[in-house]
Amino acid sequence: MLNWNLYSRGDKFFAIVVSVMIGMFTAATLYPFIYIAAVSFSSGFAAQAGKVVLPPIDATLEAYGYIIGDPKFWISYRNTFIYTIGGTLMSLAFIIPGAYALSRPQLKGRRFFNLFIAFTMWFNAGLIPFFLNMRDLNLLDSMFGIILAFAVNAFNIILLRNFFEAIPRSFEEAARMDGANDFQVLWKVFIPLSKPAIATITLFCIVSRWNGFFWAMVLLQSEDKIPLQVFLRHTIATLSDNDEFAIVQTDAGFSAETVTAAIIVCSIIPVLIVYPFIQKYFEKGILLGGVKE
Amino acid sequence: MVDQTSSPPKVRTDEALKTDRLTRTLDHFRREWQIYAMLLPTIIWFVVFLYKPMYGLQIAFKDYSIFRGVQGSPWIGLEHFQTLFANDSFIRAVRNTITISFYNLLFGFPAPIILALMFNEILHATYKRTAQTIVYLPHFISSVIIAGIVITAFSPTVGVINTVLGWLGMDSIYFLTQPEWFRPIFVGTGIWQEAGFGSIVFLAAIAGVNPSLYESAVVDGANRWQMMWKITIPSILPTILIMLIIRIGNVMEVSFELVILLYQPATYETADVVNTWVYRQGLQSGQYDLAAAAGLFNAVVAFVLVMTANTLSRRFSRTSLW
Repeated sequence: MLNWNLYSRGDKFFAIVVSVMIGMFTAATLYPFIYIAAVSFSSGFAAQAGKVVLPPIDATLEAYGYIIGDPKFWISYRNTFIYTIGGTLMSLAFIIPGAYALSRPQLKGRRFFNLFIAFTMWFNAGLIPFFLNMRDLNLLDSMFGIILAFAVNAFNIILLRNFFEAIPRSFEEAARMDGANDFQVLWKVFIPLSKPAIATITLFCIVSRWNGFFWAMVLLQSEDKIPLQVFLRHTIATLSDNDEFAIVQTDAGFSAETVTAAIIVCSIIPVLIVYPFIQKYFEKGILLGGVKE
Repeated sequence: MVDQTSSPPKVRTDEALKTDRLTRTLDHFRREWQIYAMLLPTIIWFVVFLYKPMYGLQIAFKDYSIFRGVQGSPWIGLEHFQTLFANDSFIRAVRNTITISFYNLLFGFPAPIILALMFNEILHATYKRTAQTIVYLPHFISSVIIAGIVITAFSPTVGVINTVLGWLGMDSIYFLTQPEWFRPIFVGTGIWQEAGFGSIVFLAAIAGVNPSLYESAVVDGANRWQMMWKITIPSILPTILIMLIIRIGNVMEVSFELVILLYQPATYETADVVNTWVYRQGLQSGQYDLAAAAGLFNAVVAFVLVMTANTLSRRFSRTSLW
């Protein structure tokens, strides 16, 4: 349909203008990342003088040297992996069987259960009752508490349930003839047929776990339990008004800002590695989610 | 498996015909227990982590103390709500929530639509793909990192924004301490982060437009600009409407995580939203009951808005892609 050779002069001009505008928006999206990377590789002195705009100034790896030598950085990095992997597995353990049960027409009270789950998308008790509940459950400052309390959400269950419902009956009939029970049907028929949907949910879980910050900040007190995002937040908040650090940095060649930037780079890199795999799925995923509630 | 060994199916059917409803129900559960076993953990999870806090919301009407607990604390009726509506900082937080949402809607809503329309005009497949890959990326970056980038870029000493202002001969501005700069920075950050990802829905709607419409427009000698206005935009209008309704339904949902990371006492005046207010009063100052009341107010308003939005969007959705 779109054919450059058939374009009139005006159309060509329009296409070029649009391409340039898209190019500008893309560059504007990319620039902050490049800028932060440049700050992380610059000397503390150059960064503080506001000299960094595009390339690193007085290129150095000292900011990275500083964070690599900080055991708290590694502990928080490890914790983020634990929360991401543990949390995602926990989510799947709830969501897949739950969505399968909800997709079965013979489930009694199916309408009620669906509404019971969907209602939580529209009404939320809020921060305070949730926090007090976590305290009553004795899940404050608990890594398991973080993994369990954020395992399920209505949106993901509904997304997968919709996908399961769309699988034609005929696929499971052969398995039923062979005497398969529901666990076997789910494992051998539904899961293999729903790989794209399960991949989408897995990726949603991974991203939200990797990025999770607020509740980790509120619920965790021990420094050896906090994830990378909370560690980064502490670093930004404390380094900038830490006088001792200000003295160290002058001869050390790094500053609060370059260290912050280096931590940002370190926490983005895993996202960039996973991103190409995510991209295949998320475009489909958000459209799946919109099908019906 | 268990039930099949206990009695042959035929005998059981004959029995079921004779017996009452209770036996049939029991029979159903005996046959289908597996799906209930699969559902049970999820239901328990919802009860423990989402419905139990709703029960705990009663502290909004109580004089809550940690020692007496949710149930033991005495009822005090609507006192907390009276306190709230007499509290200037709470009223300000409600106003800020609505104002920031309004700016998000005004500037943030059209951005992904315009972006999708522009992507639709790009002929070079690789160029388009690359640009899309890049503009979707910020959606996947955590708010702590986004805030870290904003704080660095807008800093009066290090920040590139002030460096550029310096080149233009202007004085440096300490952006993040000035109330009048909070909203432009916050809304702009939101557009930078979400416009690209938001365009996916509209691109899908554009992909669903009937190609024969464009073919006949070409025969009639229409140019691309006219096709965009006369075909593409009218065709995706239902999607635009639904997305608009959903956005309006979420007016109370300002991404408060980013607000917490970017605001400071100097900018509370324009930055403090209901959820950040709840966070400070409740989790930082320990006034759990008052903060829970504020949260309840927010949740009820949000619920009414979302339900209205759902009803409206269902009415439109018959003609849309969903």
